[in-house]
Amino acid sequence: MTAIEKHEKKPEPPKTYAGYVWPGLGHLLNGEIIHGLGMMSVTALCGLGLIIGMPTLGSRLFVQTGLSYHAVIALLGLPAVLAVLWFRAHRRAFPRELTEEEFNSNRNIFLRQIRRHRSGMLGFYGICLLLLAMLIAPLLAPFDPDLIDAGPATAAPGWWQHVAPMIGWSDESAVHGWLQYPLGTDERGRDVLSRLLFGARISLLIGFFAVSIAASIGTVVGATAGYLGGWVDRALMWVVDLLLAMPRLVLLLAVVGIIDLGGTKRLFLIIGVLGFTGWMGVSRIVRSQVLSLKQQDFIQAARALGYSRPRIVLQHLVPNAMAPVIVFCSLAIGGTMLAEAGLSFLGLGVQPPTSTWGVMVNEGRPTLRDAPWISLFPGLAIVAAVMCFNLLGDGLRDALDPKQRT
Amino acid sequence: MQLLKGIPWKYAGRKLLLAIPLVLGVVTLIFVLLELAPGDASTKFLNPDFPPEVKQMVIEKYGLDRPAWYRYFLMMKNLAVLDFGRSITAERPVWDLVADALPNTVILSFVTLIVSYPLGILLGTWQAIRQNKPDDTAISVGSLLFYSMPSFWFAMMLQLFISYYLSNWVSGQIEAGTLPGFMNVFDFDVSGMYSNDLLIAMSMDDPWTWGQILSDPLGAWNERFPWWLERNLSMLHHLILPGIAMGIASSAGAARYMRSSLLEVIRQDYIRTARAKGLPERVVILKHAMRNALLPIITLFGLSIPYLFSGSVLVEVVFAWPGMGRLIIDSIFAQDTPTIVACFFVSTLLVVTGNLISDISYAVVDPRIRYD
Repeated sequence: MTAIEKHEKKPEPPKTYAGYVWPGLGHLLNGEIIHGLGMMSVTALCGLGLIIGMPTLGSRLFVQTGLSYHAVIALLGLPAVLAVLWFRAHRRAFPRELTEEEFNSNRNIFLRQIRRHRSGMLGFYGICLLLLAMLIAPLLAPFDPDLIDAGPATAAPGWWQHVAPMIGWSDESAVHGWLQYPLGTDERGRDVLSRLLFGARISLLIGFFAVSIAASIGTVVGATAGYLGGWVDRALMWVVDLLLAMPRLVLLLAVVGIIDLGGTKRLFLIIGVLGFTGWMGVSRIVRSQVLSLKQQDFIQAARALGYSRPRIVLQHLVPNAMAPVIVFCSLAIGGTMLAEAGLSFLGLGVQPPTSTWGVMVNEGRPTLRDAPWISLFPGLAIVAAVMCFNLLGDGLRDALDPKQRT
Repeated sequence: MQLLKGIPWKYAGRKLLLAIPLVLGVVTLIFVLLELAPGDASTKFLNPDFPPEVKQMVIEKYGLDRPAWYRYFLMMKNLAVLDFGRSITAERPVWDLVADALPNTVILSFVTLIVSYPLGILLGTWQAIRQNKPDDTAISVGSLLFYSMPSFWFAMMLQLFISYYLSNWVSGQIEAGTLPGFMNVFDFDVSGMYSNDLLIAMSMDDPWTWGQILSDPLGAWNERFPWWLERNLSMLHHLILPGIAMGIASSAGAARYMRSSLLEVIRQDYIRTARAKGLPERVVILKHAMRNALLPIITLFGLSIPYLFSGSVLVEVVFAWPGMGRLIIDSIFAQDTPTIVACFFVSTLLVVTGNLISDISYAVVDPRIRYD
């Protein structure tokens, strides 16, 4: 064992069994504050889902159209999440003994790096909370998100109705209870919190799928251009330049505004268009990676062994070029969510009754002065989500690519 | 003169030549997209209740029934002399529309750029000097926050919190006598480029002519200058909120970039040498570190043009700013092919020029960079 490795292997902190009571508490007591608080809040959200959802489970499971499969997935997902949480707490109490080989594997080095990165982990737990809220939305949401007249139109958040007269903001007395309509209702009396929770699903779905499409196309194009070189490289890079020369949002507007599809097709159109306009960055990154990797000995060896081109590219080049792509993806999910929000804001996003955070911001525009909560909270949700993805992306970059560390 | 020597003329010329197929490619791509779409301007823009003769008239007037290849080659032929034809929706030459809208967008973007970049550079430098101190962390969090913020939402919140809540509160305080009258500067109109009174006055004003100016320059100046001043002051007042909404993200981006760039430079040997010579820290940072750390920012400056263009679309919609963004959106909704093509042409040109300027200025300020 070298000096560096000895330095990396810290003495194990004392074991605690507190994690069994509340997953995360063990981490917290051992001084891992972000992991502890993060896991505890994820557990707390699970608990909140149980407390809010269980008493009215019947009406949440059986809706007018029959069995609500959203609620079924939430019911199945919740125990799975809790199982993972308790397993992590168990591992905290009984850490696995790593052999020296395992300890020095790339995977474990990366995991140690990223776990130590505080802001990255903050983003990670933020995303976990977001995904969990998305998963158990049917249990958490007070109302059906599309239910018109779930409450009076443009009712202020319940707590605000109580707080506003106290701080002299308004002199209207409160009508609703403190926890009723926590984020207010919109013009048609729909509950903003419920719509926010369900809207997260579409926003994130679009972000994830569009970025995976972009990453796949970008990797294929970049690897092809970088490995083959010559006129293929020039032609592909010309296409990249062409697409980069158009402002992305304007291009998106042109495609989505011109091709008029409704319903679910529109969702696929938006995912596809966001994916097909987002791959140029990845392809440049992969190309430059491949260009430098191509000259290295292990690729020469693979070539000397007579491996086929696809095998060299897919098995030897691409996996080694992946680190910056992963970082890019994490950062790009945020950017894609912003682009989608912009599209929805212009009325070109998914169509009603499906809704995303961008659509919700747009819906609040006419009544911005009288009912600001309709736009305020979805916007805050976008900011929080995009910020979490950016934090995680920065953390991944520091962990995967120590040269670029800032 | 010293700087002019560094301009890589050959490289710039080659890039400009390469830009021609690029622009043609963009125009072709947009044309194909528009052709793939169902319907045309006659179905998208005309009221469906109009009699079919009207629709037929529009179709015939603009040759919408001609085959696509014919219209494509006609468009390309006219493009050779930079003629985009007439806008179908506005019934005016497309160049007139662009000439009205483009200066407004350029004003908005450039005022934003000029204010936001120095601010971002300042913040980034401050952060790098005070690395990992609380103020560095605070600015980091703040810049990440604004970097992750949808510009349109921020624009709406500015309208709400500054030109509504804050302005109302301030005017209430002025009435109560607790604040002096000149504090009433937050009453931004939430939309447009000029105040309504000014717009009405402008529409009633005689347009100036060169003849008038040449025959009596002093009189024309005396007559026009107050006007001109009032107009531009009103525009500046209307520019503030959209400028903040657009600029804060590029400020945040520049600050993030500047911080990492300066931290990179501070680690170099020549900075250690400068410190070892006993130079004051101020000189080390300003003269030795900053000059080198600013180089990559110059590239960022040129590359941010497409982002500004995209960002301005949304902000222009929120603030009803009569710029390119609104022109593009309106023409896309009406499927007004000539205008859309012209908008893409102009924006591609801007992007290409921005890239070129950033490449060239990089070579000018950093003699180590050589393009060949």
